[in-house]
Amino acid sequence: MKIPYYPGCTLHERARDFDTSARECALALGVELEELAIWTCCGAVYPLVTDSVMDVLAGVRNLSYASRLGDKVVTLCSFCYNVLKRCNNVMRDDEDKRDKTNLFLRADTEARKKVESYTHEDYEGQVEVLHYIEMLRDVVGYDKVASAVTKKLEGLKVAPYYGCMLLRPKNEMKFDDPEQPTIFEEFLETLGCEAVDFPMKTECCGGFQVVNDEELAVSCSQNVVVSALKRNADIIVTTCPLCRYNLDRHQEKMAERVKGFSRVPVVYFTQLLGIALGIDKKHLDFTDNSVDPLPVLAEKSLF
Amino acid sequence: MEERIGVFVCHCGTNIAGVVDVKRVAEELADYPGVAYSTDYTYMCSDPGQNLVKDAIKKHNLTGVIVAACSPTLHEATFRRAGMTAGMNQYQVEIANIREQCSWVHQGDKEAATSKAIRTIKVMIEKARLDEALEPISVPMTPRALVVGGGIAGIQAALDVANAGHEVILVEKSASIGGHMAQLSETFPTLDCSQCIMTPKMVEVAQHPKIRLMTYSEVDDVSGYVGNFKVKIRKKAAYVNRDVCTGCGLCVEKCPAKTPSEFDEQLADRKAIYTPFPQAVPNKPVLDAEHCTYFLKDGKCGICAKVCPLDCIDYEQKDEFIEEEVGAIIVATGYDLYPIENLGEYGGGKYADVITSLQFERMLSASGPTGGEVLRPSDGEVPSEVVFLTCCGSRDTENHLPYCSKICCMYLTKHAMLYRHKVHDGQAYVFYMDVRTGGKGYEEFYTRAAEEDDVLYIRGKVSKIFEEDGRVMVWGVDTLSGRKIEIAADMAVLGLATVPNEAAAKLASMLKIHTDEWGFLSEAHPKLRPVESLTPGFYLAGSAQGPKDIPESVAQASAAASKVAALFAETEYHREPVIAVIDEDTCAGCRVCISVCPYDAAEFDDEKKVARIKEAICEGCGACIAACPSGSAQQKNLTDEQLYKMVSAALEV
Amino acid sequence: MRLRLTAGMVKDEAIDRVETLSGQSILACYQCGRCSAGCPVVEEMDIIPSEVIRLLQLGQIDEVLSSKTIWTCASCLQCASRCPKGVEFSSICDALRAIVLRIRLATPKVDADGLTKVMMSDAPQMGVVGALRKLNG
Repeated sequence: MKIPYYPGCTLHERARDFDTSARECALALGVELEELAIWTCCGAVYPLVTDSVMDVLAGVRNLSYASRLGDKVVTLCSFCYNVLKRCNNVMRDDEDKRDKTNLFLRADTEARKKVESYTHEDYEGQVEVLHYIEMLRDVVGYDKVASAVTKKLEGLKVAPYYGCMLLRPKNEMKFDDPEQPTIFEEFLETLGCEAVDFPMKTECCGGFQVVNDEELAVSCSQNVVVSALKRNADIIVTTCPLCRYNLDRHQEKMAERVKGFSRVPVVYFTQLLGIALGIDKKHLDFTDNSVDPLPVLAEKSLF
Repeated sequence: MEERIGVFVCHCGTNIAGVVDVKRVAEELADYPGVAYSTDYTYMCSDPGQNLVKDAIKKHNLTGVIVAACSPTLHEATFRRAGMTAGMNQYQVEIANIREQCSWVHQGDKEAATSKAIRTIKVMIEKARLDEALEPISVPMTPRALVVGGGIAGIQAALDVANAGHEVILVEKSASIGGHMAQLSETFPTLDCSQCIMTPKMVEVAQHPKIRLMTYSEVDDVSGYVGNFKVKIRKKAAYVNRDVCTGCGLCVEKCPAKTPSEFDEQLADRKAIYTPFPQAVPNKPVLDAEHCTYFLKDGKCGICAKVCPLDCIDYEQKDEFIEEEVGAIIVATGYDLYPIENLGEYGGGKYADVITSLQFERMLSASGPTGGEVLRPSDGEVPSEVVFLTCCGSRDTENHLPYCSKICCMYLTKHAMLYRHKVHDGQAYVFYMDVRTGGKGYEEFYTRAAEEDDVLYIRGKVSKIFEEDGRVMVWGVDTLSGRKIEIAADMAVLGLATVPNEAAAKLASMLKIHTDEWGFLSEAHPKLRPVESLTPGFYLAGSAQGPKDIPESVAQASAAASKVAALFAETEYHREPVIAVIDEDTCAGCRVCISVCPYDAAEFDDEKKVARIKEAICEGCGACIAACPSGSAQQKNLTDEQLYKMVSAALEV
Repeated sequence: MRLRLTAGMVKDEAIDRVETLSGQSILACYQCGRCSAGCPVVEEMDIIPSEVIRLLQLGQIDEVLSSKTIWTCASCLQCASRCPKGVEFSSICDALRAIVLRIRLATPKVDADGLTKVMMSDAPQMGVVGALRKLNG
């Protein structure tokens, strides 16, 4: 089965480990992630103000490309997922913005036609934006994932970090219960590991503020990491390159600030899935971590 | 006979006359066909005004009267009475509304208002020309009341109706009456013990010769109409012959199966065979088959049957149905707490030390699971810091319920105060948005909590509660100082919103009585008829109608009871005759009217093969008239012919 | 400190603009403070979220436009998620920054040329793009 896949900028650059592990796991589960032939950055954050049409264009353009390939588009990065889903809601529900955006899209295609054989079709929000984990649950099925597991992650205590963008705004994302989500816990149980319920799993890591005020991002991510540590997590999983960056890269500073701080590795959920599915280690690539996950994985005889 | 209509145009001071040229109206209508007399007057509803109408009826031998004045809901009855005293049939007196629907809404255009007033009156003249003399329908009255719900409201209503000398059937779905009030510890603002004031009333109910108490029973069906309801009551199988049982308690003592106690709000267990609490009325157990070993394991147990000295246990017992006739029904089904599961930001029930307000009541109660001691559920330690939260689900239009639950400010104040009385060095915090103390002695009670009992009130709504390091972490805010507040407490008590009892929704739809969008029973008028339902014969008491504290529930229950007593004071009940009637000569027997009637008032005469309207039940809604394909169904005094003429007059065609 | 309130202040057109740009109703806020209570970066703010909205209700737009708060918000939307009245403070923050950046032509918050090497070579692109869009307009 082929499913259209939108990787987004970060997964093509700084989060190749996320991209590769996800593609390989999907293949092992019988799904080929078919990368959109052309795609652009989605804009990373949803438009700030209501009077902007241009700002949704990047997201919509990618959705329009996806609509040529199928009725779904899968993405991994929480930011992309948030932007695509919300842009899609606009195209589906806001007639005025839909018409205006399609005008831009038309002009856009005219320019593009010179280099590619590409004709314009109005886009109306018909593509279903799926997060990879939703694909696992709803398209593949957790039972199928479970039966494909070759190495149960027994004994590993995993803290699933949801962050913000998958869950909020709740009325638009409709991803899971915004306060007590369980989709990752159910996924982790499928892999045979223990999901650690920690109270900061839906709190903010500091996000893009790391660029403006690193200290702010350190405090926010420290709050999350310490909370997971207090519940005895061996490892934290995320689904967002920026969350991974904030939670992982700032642990030096956290160690300076918090007495008795012990470092905890932060990996993408697809990397753990890869171990469980017995994916070739070279595709999982645990090299881009400040806190090396290999010792704890080795300790549990998982890697 | 030629119609002789009288037209009486009221000035209503300047309310009408300030906009409508009343003199012109009266003059123009004097010449309208069928009008024998036309005049205007400053206040037609005053004594001289009414006398003007009465005198004119006699002097001009009028056959119909139009009073052009305010809305008929205000004075239709007034003028119909006046007409009757002058010898006219009351249903030939009509009101033309030229105030609410004319002068008040057309103040900017006097000319147009005057012309609209004239047309409005012409419409009613056309109606009156064809109005028949009707008589109110009288139906016999069964002077027996059904009270649904055995909480404080139901108990009070039952006692008041019974003390007025009428029979009462009190139906309660659980094993004992008492409701939520029996669970409470002490009551605001006087701190008198809830059970101490409640149990005597419960006993009084049980002993009252006029009250038939049916616990562990539910109302299954209601048919009929005011004065003549037929109710079917399901007496649930208790697997105990409660008529013989003496309540010795041996079966309960020996029963090996346990399940969390509803009465103790899951803080303690009860047995599978149980009386909900020691002061239960009746103080006789019921067996809960869902948790009983005998039922779960195919007859392996039977200990209760073995130990019962009177052989009361009957595993074969079935639900029993009892049919009764009653004249009025008081609905007092009460409230539930909004489910804690809905408040995920506070843990949604997964933290042992984040408890509901009713759980805290049980904890404070001397007869409760902790014997009145405040103890953390997680480890049984005495909490040294407790946070109380108002508005848990209330006043939240976006995520939960928009309304104020009214009682939480006060009971949480009481909770904080009682906690301080029991744990002298403990610290109580109350997060609030507004402390609403609208009751006698309430503000003083709140002041006392803050000043004498050192309860710290913090203005702000808590965003998140979670457990960390064995403590309950509360993330709040103090909007008065502009600080985010974090408290590492030992326990948190949620002032959960009050919602209608889940049984109420089912019952309301069965009884065909209205509810608001949240399921609270709707009163007939928010100010002037607060204890009646719009459907005649139904009365409302207690928090089934909206969040209420004890005194309010009691007051409403007594008010409902007095309405019932007034209803029962007559041996017959009189209903408006403006209802549907079917012309048997033209009815084709298609039964459409029967299918559309929301009141089951249309029936089929198998002999004559025609439909017929049951006068005593028809509410005159008009559904059958609109649906009847042959025009055989007509509304009395609102016939098709009348409507055509009225519309023609309105359109001046 | 005394605030002399006038009808003109309360009805300031600039407040309407905030409402239009953010799609939020300022008057819907009943000041429960829950946005502030759950905000993960409130410690770094000079005016807490609920007070920003209160100041807007009082027509004090200049004070909020010059606050640090609007640059501190990380758009985590926790405020919006829990608001009992459906007011998204984060969206109000977005609108306030837009006003500063677009209309008042302030210097962009993030010096794109001055981003650290670490940031340029290590941070995820989405973070940099996000910050530039959120904070530089």
